[in-house]
Amino acid sequence: MVQFEVTVNVEGGLHARPAALLVNCSSQSQSKITLSKGTKHADGKSILGIMTLGVSQGDTLTVQIDGADEQNVATAIQQLLEQSS
Amino acid sequence: MLKGIPVSAGISIAPVLRLTHETAITQAESTTPVDAAQELGLLSKSVEQAREQLEKLKEQTEEQLGSEKAAILSAHIAFLDDPAFVGEMGALIENQQLAASAAVSQVADQFIALFESMDDAYMKERADDIRDVSRCLIRNISGSDTVISYPEEPFILVAWDVTPSETLQLPLQHVRGIVTAKGGATSHAAILARSLGIPAVMGAGDTLMEKVDSGSLLIIDGTSGQLIVSPDADTLAAYQEKAAQEEKERQLYEAIKELPAETTDGHRVHLMANMAVPEESDALIASGVEGIGLFRSEFLFMDRSTLPDEAEQFAAYKHVAVAFGDKPVIIRTLDVGGDKHLPALALPQEENPFLGFRAMRISLARPELFLVQLRALLRASAFGRLLIMFPMISHLEQLREAKRLLEQAKAELRAEGIDFDEKIAVGMMMEIPGACLQADAFAKEVDFFSIGTNDLVQYTLAVDRMNANIAELYSYYHPAVLRLISQVIEASHRAGIWTGLCGEMAGDPLATKLLLGLGLDEFSGAASVMPKVKERIRSISVEEAKQLAEHVLTLSTVDEVVQYLKDKAL
Repeated sequence: MVQFEVTVNVEGGLHARPAALLVNCSSQSQSKITLSKGTKHADGKSILGIMTLGVSQGDTLTVQIDGADEQNVATAIQQLLEQSS
Repeated sequence: MLKGIPVSAGISIAPVLRLTHETAITQAESTTPVDAAQELGLLSKSVEQAREQLEKLKEQTEEQLGSEKAAILSAHIAFLDDPAFVGEMGALIENQQLAASAAVSQVADQFIALFESMDDAYMKERADDIRDVSRCLIRNISGSDTVISYPEEPFILVAWDVTPSETLQLPLQHVRGIVTAKGGATSHAAILARSLGIPAVMGAGDTLMEKVDSGSLLIIDGTSGQLIVSPDADTLAAYQEKAAQEEKERQLYEAIKELPAETTDGHRVHLMANMAVPEESDALIASGVEGIGLFRSEFLFMDRSTLPDEAEQFAAYKHVAVAFGDKPVIIRTLDVGGDKHLPALALPQEENPFLGFRAMRISLARPELFLVQLRALLRASAFGRLLIMFPMISHLEQLREAKRLLEQAKAELRAEGIDFDEKIAVGMMMEIPGACLQADAFAKEVDFFSIGTNDLVQYTLAVDRMNANIAELYSYYHPAVLRLISQVIEASHRAGIWTGLCGEMAGDPLATKLLLGLGLDEFSGAASVMPKVKERIRSISVEEAKQLAEHVLTLSTVDEVVQYLKDKAL
């Protein structure tokens, strides 16, 4: 299992479009992916789960990935959340 | 008498098509024992149908309205793949023996409640998207009216509410109007109706559905919000004439859309529009306005319990700056208090809110909040042509303090190496009589004035415009108001700066010639009325307008002014 913290740099936070990009990326993986903001958690493959976390630009998320391809997915997700647009 | 909020201008007369599908979701709550396997099959079939329907609608929308509007539908399609959405529905069917439609509505309700409880205005609106998709699923499951069958002749849609995808599915050649019981001017459906030019009245109240039946003739006035069911012959004839007149005008306005607002003797002024939410940008640009004369930043702050941070404000302002490109957009800093309540600031109840703690007075008392807005505005200014405007300034010290804070924000950004428009223009609202009387002093320290007639009339005549008992005292044709307007414009021109006017007066064709004669440089009103103003301006000379204005300033009563304008200015 990998776990890391990431500061979301996506402009305007995780609204529908970036959330969809994230789900695209995570649903190609076999791993179980969980995003946490404070005490709230969301399935990384659920666009609604991610949107209802209410992630603003500048928020810190904890990402937990468990599965065979966890290393690759971790890099991809980190890049996605850290890029600014 | 039925009435609602006018959200998209124009008159329509057509038979009603009444949709009652809001009840579909509640009816689906029935809990008779079910065959889980069968219900799961129904659910997955309805999901696949919905996917096809949405893909097709997305394609059509992309063709007809462009990819920005179609993006709403991409999100809807993504919901169908969401394990927390469709997966959860399946789990409810298996574990709790719910019928497929009941499972859909239960999961939908949870997400609707979640989204509606969020602070961000954008996220709140996503509840509509959930409604939209779940309604589509339930329609597919029940199989009754998978596709709403619209008549092949003109109709006015009457419904509880209309979701974005329902608006997009309306047959544009036949739909003549939209009336809803719920919703308001900033809902998705309202914005779409405006951009499609369909007259619409929303928020007509819960009795709407009882009072209007399918097939009965309905008149809707998208300018006043009036709804007339089964009109008598005289009323019908009057509205038919009005509608014909409107159509003639519309054709005339279309013909002058690309032409400048120029008098017959070559004097050029600028026609802008007022804007409340960034989503209106596309429709306003298409309407032919030269820019935005008043963009109220309040939309970012209303209906939420926390304040928007710099990133959220920046994203919103930048969106507008980019959309308008080289067209100017005047953004007014936060104007709350008075009748506009803001939960996040926990403002005290006041005896006299319009004379109390509002607008600039709050911003200057809470510089840490004001600086966040100024930084966001400045950062967005690097992406288009933004102008900053301060509301409710009465004392020169306030203007100086506001400008000092603006300089502080600029210095911070420079130190951080963040781009902004170094030459960004700064102006102030002229809406307090005291400031108007001292306009010469203010003119030396700003780049422009914008006269806000709605508040200026209220403060000059001491008339609360919401108070029906004294409504007839409220008029921007009062000679005292006209003198103040004249003084402000003259003072600005002496100082080499320009004056605009945002408020109902700017869009009143009876006032156009007078304002032109008083020397007004920029008019900003509702986009729907500006073509009429342009048509007026293009038919008069600035010389005759000046003579008219000179004479009007010698008149003593509102009636004299109005009568004179009716005789000479139309």
